[in-house]
Amino acid sequence: MKMLINVAETVVADALRGMAAAHPELVVDAENRVIVRRDAPVEGKVALLSGGGSGHEPLHGGFVGPGMLDAACPGEVFTSPVPDQMVRAAAAVDSGNGVLFVVKNYTGDVLNFQMAAELAEDEGVQVASVLVNDDVAVTDSTFTAGRRGTGATLFVEKIAGAAAEEGMPLERVEALARQVVESSRSFGVALSACTTPAKGSPTFDLPAGELELGVGIHGEPGRERRAMMTSREIADFTVDALLEDLDPRLPVLVLVNGMGSTPLLELYGFNAEVRRVLDERGVAVARTLVGNYVTSLDMAGCSVTLCQVDGELLRLWDAPVQTPALRWGR
Amino acid sequence: MLDAAFFVRWMTAAAAVIDREADRLTELDSPIGDADHGRNMQRGFAAVVKTLEAEPPATPGAALTAAGRQLISSVGGASGPLYGTLLRRAGKVLGDAPQVSVEELRSGLAAGVDAVGQLGGSAPGDKTMLDALVPGVTALSASFAAAAEAAEQGALATVPLQARKGRASYLGERSIGHQDPGATSSALLFATLAEVAK
Repeated sequence: MKMLINVAETVVADALRGMAAAHPELVVDAENRVIVRRDAPVEGKVALLSGGGSGHEPLHGGFVGPGMLDAACPGEVFTSPVPDQMVRAAAAVDSGNGVLFVVKNYTGDVLNFQMAAELAEDEGVQVASVLVNDDVAVTDSTFTAGRRGTGATLFVEKIAGAAAEEGMPLERVEALARQVVESSRSFGVALSACTTPAKGSPTFDLPAGELELGVGIHGEPGRERRAMMTSREIADFTVDALLEDLDPRLPVLVLVNGMGSTPLLELYGFNAEVRRVLDERGVAVARTLVGNYVTSLDMAGCSVTLCQVDGELLRLWDAPVQTPALRWGR
Repeated sequence: MLDAAFFVRWMTAAAAVIDREADRLTELDSPIGDADHGRNMQRGFAAVVKTLEAEPPATPGAALTAAGRQLISSVGGASGPLYGTLLRRAGKVLGDAPQVSVEELRSGLAAGVDAVGQLGGSAPGDKTMLDALVPGVTALSASFAAAAEAAEQGALATVPLQARKGRASYLGERSIGHQDPGATSSALLFATLAEVAK
């Protein structure tokens, strides 16, 4: 293992100190692990709070700022944050208009955010939660913890964030977030396993000539393993898996997301194939985002997320945003 | 009868054993989870010992409640809320009594185990910590040693099971053949309980 770190124990704290140095527009509390936009709490605005295990950067800290999240709580690598972080963050960003928790469907995230919501409400903060579960690779939810939350988290945080920025009330922001979840589907593909700093070796064994179809963002295996495929074949498989589950009558937002160690050269090439399949299937594309947004440490591979959007969702997607990892219109 | 000092000894011994076994727990978590169970439990129980040393609890109930609260505050993942709830709920059932009987401890832990099942929406056979906790608590009526043995057997019995909860559930059939790390750490708790009771 070769990593640009000191020791595994301080990886998250070190990253937060570096983030603080790079982004004076954020308040980064490395000790308590809370990232807050500097102008919070914003008068008259519903606050958006998210968080999850570290190792998925820029998710979530990279999405804190005007037009998106008010606060993010990073946990240990691939481990959900603890309730104390969310309670502290909620108190810091609540302007009296309530806080929306954006939670990805993983057992740890769900339990810790649930406990945090109860504790925050005890302290007089009004909390609503939206559960993101967009990963169609998980087919049988009866015998699993249910669909995982992956790429759609970015769509939820951006669109609900824009709604909150416009001054919409908590119920409306929550309803829009739910609409985005219901309109979104994701599917991921791993070309290599990732290595966590604590373990120092790949978290699963993926032979050189194979790929994992339907992988989760922690390297959880998905539907099946196959011999390596071309970008064209992967796009066909991925988009068909998505369209099996979502039949968009409206244009879609497309996120072609890198898992951490796949270069943009490959991601753009893959996006060309994704666009080709969508064209062939008669799906109109409203906007496309290509890059590393919901990553899995040094995993090679990608995921595709589609979100069907009506006029209002598209308008909110286009609204100004100013965060470390996503910024336009300002 | 068991007093507060007994519970502090239990938690301290548990922290030492988890510290020693952290690599094995992480190793077990590697093929079916995300290779951090040992590290997370190690961090949590180290914090528990610190808390109990800083503010020595007056009663068994206070000891378990404080330990549970500290696990929730420092572990993260699913293990934090689940183990935290187990101990906190047990501590609440023990209440303010300065000493408790083994039978009272058993019924406290039984309430804790029920709370874990509710929180995680799981049942024995799902390949989770409950597969060690349920037989362990049941056998506590007989003796501490029997509880440790039953929990250990319960953890071993998770090997052929297919996971239905938590991150391992995404593996489907590929989770078969691996011992559940959560059941393993639960068995360690019962093993240390038997140790300190000797």
